[in-house]
Amino acid sequence: MWSAGSFLLIFVAWDLAVRLFEIPPYLLPPPLVVLSAIAEHWGTLGVHTIWTTLTILAGFFAAAAVAIPLAMLIVVSPTLGRLIYPPMVATQAIPKIALAPLFSVWFGFGMMPKVAVAFLIAFFPIVIDTIVGLRNIEPGMIQLARSMGAPPRRVFLRLRLPNALPMIFGGLKVASALAVVGALTGEFVGSDKGLGYVLMQASGNLNTALLFATLVVLSVVAMVFFYAVELVERILIPWHVSQRAHPS
Amino acid sequence: MRREDAVQAVSATDLGGSGSAFIRVDGLCKTFAAQDGSVTMAVDSVDLHIGAAEFVSLLGPSGCGKSTLLSLIAGLIEPSGGSVDIGDVRVAAPYTNIGIVFQSDLLLDWRTVLGNVLVQFEMRGQDPRPHAARARALIASVGLAGFESKYPWELSGGMRQRVSLCRALIHDPPLLLMDEPFGALDALTREQLQVDLQRIWQSSRKTVVFVTHSIGEAVFLSDRVVVMTPRPGRIREVLRIDLPRPRAIDVRDTAAFAANVRHINHLFQDMGVIH
Repeated sequence: MWSAGSFLLIFVAWDLAVRLFEIPPYLLPPPLVVLSAIAEHWGTLGVHTIWTTLTILAGFFAAAAVAIPLAMLIVVSPTLGRLIYPPMVATQAIPKIALAPLFSVWFGFGMMPKVAVAFLIAFFPIVIDTIVGLRNIEPGMIQLARSMGAPPRRVFLRLRLPNALPMIFGGLKVASALAVVGALTGEFVGSDKGLGYVLMQASGNLNTALLFATLVVLSVVAMVFFYAVELVERILIPWHVSQRAHPS
Repeated sequence: MRREDAVQAVSATDLGGSGSAFIRVDGLCKTFAAQDGSVTMAVDSVDLHIGAAEFVSLLGPSGCGKSTLLSLIAGLIEPSGGSVDIGDVRVAAPYTNIGIVFQSDLLLDWRTVLGNVLVQFEMRGQDPRPHAARARALIASVGLAGFESKYPWELSGGMRQRVSLCRALIHDPPLLLMDEPFGALDALTREQLQVDLQRIWQSSRKTVVFVTHSIGEAVFLSDRVVVMTPRPGRIREVLRIDLPRPRAIDVRDTAAFAANVRHINHLFQDMGVIH
């Protein structure tokens, strides 16, 4: 209800601003023009949306599939952690956007280089938050488990892992937004498919209406994705504090 | 001298138990090395024998090593010197035939009240299901009937600590270690839980070692109060509390109770803990 209302408010303000300040449509088209552009270009926009969505999902799930086990490894084995952690941080020092042209050279112009950028950019918050979550357990809890004779494996699976889930989901939510950025960045650098490609084309043709139409579609994709992750969070960890803080 | 207080002070050399003590702490020391290489002595040559089914409090100011002493008895940390024996066992690893309650209730947010009590068995690699009925009865006995399916965040602090107590009792260990278990609770809840603990202890006859910095709490609950010095933690005096059981809340108004409290207060004044 509230989110629908807040979007309506934005659209009304947008429309009013265009009328009041007489902003030319090639700079900022009014919302209705953008909506009609979406309807007009729906055939092509739809195909590109699916392509970009697949890129985002592939990058995101690859990042989660690598980042979470890696974080577990780093927490379980301090030696391995010391070995893996510094080079991992080093990869984050390189701006991922700067890697996109290199990935085009390596992986060609298909979906792969875009997935690679999305993967790299989404990977880091998941690793960091999972590590923090797994380490963030009350020392007393570990003592208690030891007094119950629990072996380390059981402490990890029954205590550390469930205890880390809220943090892991925090990382996944940040990563879900970053995966969109990564996919788009990849598409900007060299592609003939995807919403990033449409954005570049529309910008080249000064087709501001299509540009805004693409931005709206992209925002919807990113938001649906984010809320999907949050929905899974709600289902998996209903007990989590932040879930209780703002009930829907 | 303020030694004419009407209490039975047991000298520090009288270990309290006979040869058949359940817990025997002998010459126990614990030092911690800091990063800068300096060494802090937390517990210094503590001798203490505790009989089976005895309720003993370790009383002292913050940082006096009483929690360290408790961890040493539980085998959770290694002594720097001396030894701990429980029954026939020399404690050299975490002692598992034991229930522990900490100041923080340490309940698992993702488990119900019942699930939090039964975690005791799961952590031991046992099937918790056969124990569910007993767990429900135990939960009911601490006044939480009907709360079995609630989650920790639906409970008050006092209720959470009751669940934590149930978790420490469900496997029926002979020994219960409590580290300032009621320290985070409000005064009224605290008094109620003290009465409840006394009742549970009297009916189950477990050996209880209870760490606290509240003089009143120690005197109310204990058979013997072990008064500890500020760091390094040594035993200053062992006090036998001969108030009749069961003790009601208003035992605090009696002259005998007040005399015990006064005596301990004087000890702390002597040590410079209270000015």
